[in-house]
Amino acid sequence: MALQAIAFYLMAAVTLIAGLSVILAKHPVHSVLFLITAFFSAAGLFVLMGAEFLAMLLIVVYVGAVAVLFLFVVMMLDVDFSALRRGFAQYLPIGLVVAGVLAAEMVMVAVSVATTGAASANAVPAASGPDVSNVVTIGSVLYTDYVYVFQGAGLVLLVAMIGAIVLTLRHKPGVKRQNIGAQVGRTPKTGMRIVQIQSGAGVEEEATR
Amino acid sequence: MIGLSHYLTVAAILFTIGVFGIVVNRKNVILILMSIELILLAVNINLVAFSAFLHDVAGQIFAMFVLTVAAAEAAVGLAVLVTFFRNRGDIAVDDASMMKG
Repeated sequence: MALQAIAFYLMAAVTLIAGLSVILAKHPVHSVLFLITAFFSAAGLFVLMGAEFLAMLLIVVYVGAVAVLFLFVVMMLDVDFSALRRGFAQYLPIGLVVAGVLAAEMVMVAVSVATTGAASANAVPAASGPDVSNVVTIGSVLYTDYVYVFQGAGLVLLVAMIGAIVLTLRHKPGVKRQNIGAQVGRTPKTGMRIVQIQSGAGVEEEATR
Repeated sequence: MIGLSHYLTVAAILFTIGVFGIVVNRKNVILILMSIELILLAVNINLVAFSAFLHDVAGQIFAMFVLTVAAAEAAVGLAVLVTFFRNRGDIAVDDASMMKG
């Protein structure tokens, strides 16, 4: 149990420090790297709570896809990031006030819920039964009770994918592309021209189609 | 002994960090999007903590859907950001008024 406490405090501290570094880092690339750190240690917290499947999902989806997407966009855009930080000191006092009030309220609610709410009866976290793994438990619930919601999540991802493609696609004018239909539709009649050449006159060059 | 309140406190502080990030970095869309990711991560920690301590797996299912929506939101948000950057050559959003809103 002491080892668990050490692991919890270590990963919680890393998560919070990395989260704070995300918003305070000078350069957005550093922010993305701190975001990856925060996700990794949050995945560690998930493992401590017995939610191994979600921990792995967090690493695969967030570190593998979302963070890399962020990194890609940050590196691709040529932006003067120091200009974007100019209002930082101006918003700092109001931000600190909002954050302080919010943190105090949320921690008070969280502690009171944890000590007097329905969850206070169970002192030990258990994401699944004693002899069933977390993945089996999630799968047996996800594909039965929540199967329509699961399909809906797939639909959300499809719509997001199409939306992202439509937003970023652009047709440059003047780019020569292969027109497979025209290629396949070529017949000897349209692709070839037979001319009678007068001796010494030469052939007129026709513009290629 | 690490109980529910510990996890909830971590999630609450992480949520606050996300909100703070949006308030202080309100010009930089990339940082706003990352702050939203932090907020959603805090929500996920809350959901998983309640799921674990209530011995009910439904919270983890819900956290998974939050993860899905967060991934979709990040993809569309970054696509909008790229389009915005192409049109303006800049990503400062505090004076974005092209849509006359």
